[in-house]
Amino acid sequence: MTIDARRPPPRRLFGAWGRRELQGLFWQVLVVGIAVAVIGFLWSNTVTNLSARRITTGFAFLGREAGMPIADSLFAYNPKDTYLWAFVVGVGNTLRVAVIGIVLATVLGTLIGISRLSANWLLSRLAAVYVETLRDIPLLLQLLFWYVLMQALPAARAAWRPVEGVFLSNRGLILPAIPIGPPQLWVLGAAVLGCAGFYLIRRRLIAQQMRDGRPRPAWPFALGLIIVLPAALSLVLGVPWTIEWPQLRGFNFVGGLTLAPEYFALLIALVTYTSAFIAEIVRSGIQSVPRGQWDAANALGLRRSFMLRKIILPQALRVIVPPMTSQYLNLTKNSSLAVAIGYQDVVSVANTTLNQTGQAIEAIALIMAVFLTISLSISFFMNWYNARIALVER
Amino acid sequence: MTVIADIPDAPRAARRPQSGNPVLRWLRANLFSSIPNGILSVVLLAILAKGIFSFVQWGIANAVWLTPANDSSACRAARGVGACWAIIPEKYRFILFGTYPFDEQWRPALAVLLFIALFYLSTRRALWRRELVLLWIGALALISVLMWGGVLGLSFVPQDRWGGLPVTLILATFGLAFGFPLGILVALGRRSKLPAIRSLSVLYVELIRGVPLVSLLFMASVMFPLFMPSGFNIDKLLRAQIAIILFAGAYLAEVIRGGLQAVPRGQYEAADALGLSYWRKNRLIILPQAIRHVIPPLVNTFIAFFKDTSLVLIIGIFDLLTTAKTAIIDPAWQQFSVEVYIFVAAIYFVFCFAMSRYSRGLEATRGR
Repeated sequence: MTIDARRPPPRRLFGAWGRRELQGLFWQVLVVGIAVAVIGFLWSNTVTNLSARRITTGFAFLGREAGMPIADSLFAYNPKDTYLWAFVVGVGNTLRVAVIGIVLATVLGTLIGISRLSANWLLSRLAAVYVETLRDIPLLLQLLFWYVLMQALPAARAAWRPVEGVFLSNRGLILPAIPIGPPQLWVLGAAVLGCAGFYLIRRRLIAQQMRDGRPRPAWPFALGLIIVLPAALSLVLGVPWTIEWPQLRGFNFVGGLTLAPEYFALLIALVTYTSAFIAEIVRSGIQSVPRGQWDAANALGLRRSFMLRKIILPQALRVIVPPMTSQYLNLTKNSSLAVAIGYQDVVSVANTTLNQTGQAIEAIALIMAVFLTISLSISFFMNWYNARIALVER
Repeated sequence: MTVIADIPDAPRAARRPQSGNPVLRWLRANLFSSIPNGILSVVLLAILAKGIFSFVQWGIANAVWLTPANDSSACRAARGVGACWAIIPEKYRFILFGTYPFDEQWRPALAVLLFIALFYLSTRRALWRRELVLLWIGALALISVLMWGGVLGLSFVPQDRWGGLPVTLILATFGLAFGFPLGILVALGRRSKLPAIRSLSVLYVELIRGVPLVSLLFMASVMFPLFMPSGFNIDKLLRAQIAIILFAGAYLAEVIRGGLQAVPRGQYEAADALGLSYWRKNRLIILPQAIRHVIPPLVNTFIAFFKDTSLVLIIGIFDLLTTAKTAIIDPAWQQFSVEVYIFVAAIYFVFCFAMSRYSRGLEATRGR
């Protein structure tokens, strides 16, 4: 590591290996040796302890009957199912709250971030208070707070009805829903295909415009492929799109879409907390666009919406996207706080498994595998998106 | 829905001459600059007025402030219309200090004051010298003596009696005090030219950052006994503390690495040219500059940690949030958890807000 100026050049002890390399080798051997020794020590203790407690390592327990109740889940589940299925259900619950939370937090955070820059003093102050308050209180405390409020709501019979068909009670939030079966899925599939087709056509239109400079409208294709095509398919096949209104029967609701209080509280807490951070990211992103860009766009006489869409946003996004990725990862990891209010996400299921079977290492390994997979997928997607919007210098 | 303030819509020179009542002028410029803006202001004012009015009604006008000891009947009568702040004077000793022996609670109180003094002194730029490390060691030792006792005529209090605010501060401060040097080592390791050290550092950082803190805490509380030789057992608080230190180390390492990357190459080369050894080069030349670069993000990481210590609730350690949650288990006071949560939120808020203000101030005076 050192080059000592006062001494003659280092002697070569072992052929091409100089003093610097030897020192480097020494440190590496030392650190790796310590790491291996510590891990070996922990490993041997663990093996001894496990055999003393008659716990066999390995993932065989995943095939056994779980016997744990999961009240609220995306997939059908009953306690007679295996541990493996319980894990899958837990992962489904984590994703259910993380994906919807990310979408809602992005929308809310962007609105609040823009509000902070508003010319309206009152609006910008209110947005600032929102951000400061939510950022400086622990998420777990906010989560418990929302959950307590949720439990303090009136019983199902006296539920609040802010809008017709929407009920808010201590059973959670109940919304009207459209039942989705195979016929409806066909129509939705057609819409997705339409989106993909539209994307390809739009790329071609832009390429053509690049060649001859004449703009070609893309909206007729959008209308045709994304709206008319699925609608026509729906009419031809006669797919029913009936809305299912929730109704109060006895002490509970029948029909509609139910968001359990645990899920609803977790979603509110995650969305509001993360939106405060996203608001700050959006604000600093917009502020990072130099004033000259606004002036130049104005001088060109561009329409305001066009200016925001084509000049300001692309430049702001370059600053916004990287920190946004880490907020998305944070939201996903924070969803594990669900265990505090009894929403059964993957961490909660793993914890119950661990208590029932004693398979601590396997349970933790599964949690790590699930979260590393989710984190890597989010990072991968965001890196791809970031590369797409990054500055291309020619 | 909004108009962004920084957009120059019209040439600046065309400003109208300023005249009339300054209040009206301010209102016109900030609330009623255009018709949509005016409508927005009126709507917001109405919502705000309604919100403040109902909060004042619930939190002040109809609130119950004091009740005779352990009697919540007045609060029950006001339930739904007014807040029950009386639960705070009833329970604050438990919320703040947990099950610490009642007559000895001046000791954790003094420890909290010491922590606050330590934080305050650490923010003074004039004190950013080597002596600050000694100050930290001294203060933390003094706090340990106060909390444990057993010497100087103080009775011994085992860790499982500790609780409340001191535990939160201990978890956060010791987490930082040990996580920071760990973070520096790992950050240096991640930028090292030695492949084995670099990959070990990357593995550590990515593994810890990839999983939620909750699972690390579970690991500390459930798996730690498995890792240790049988018969060897350490206290639950210490295990959680170790998990928090490991967690803090990984996140701080990433922040410090950012600072290391910001130090110009010439500084490394100059240090090498002076013939400094690796450790002296980093200690004297590189790290002081690197850390100075990242002080604002470091403070933000500290805030995040301070909040994250509340997660120990999940493994049943009596920090501030857990004592608050336990205080409302008492059947007489069960229904008044919102008031207790607001009280605890205010405590967390004061600490975090002070830190974020400080970080903002640092950013403003940066480079001076």
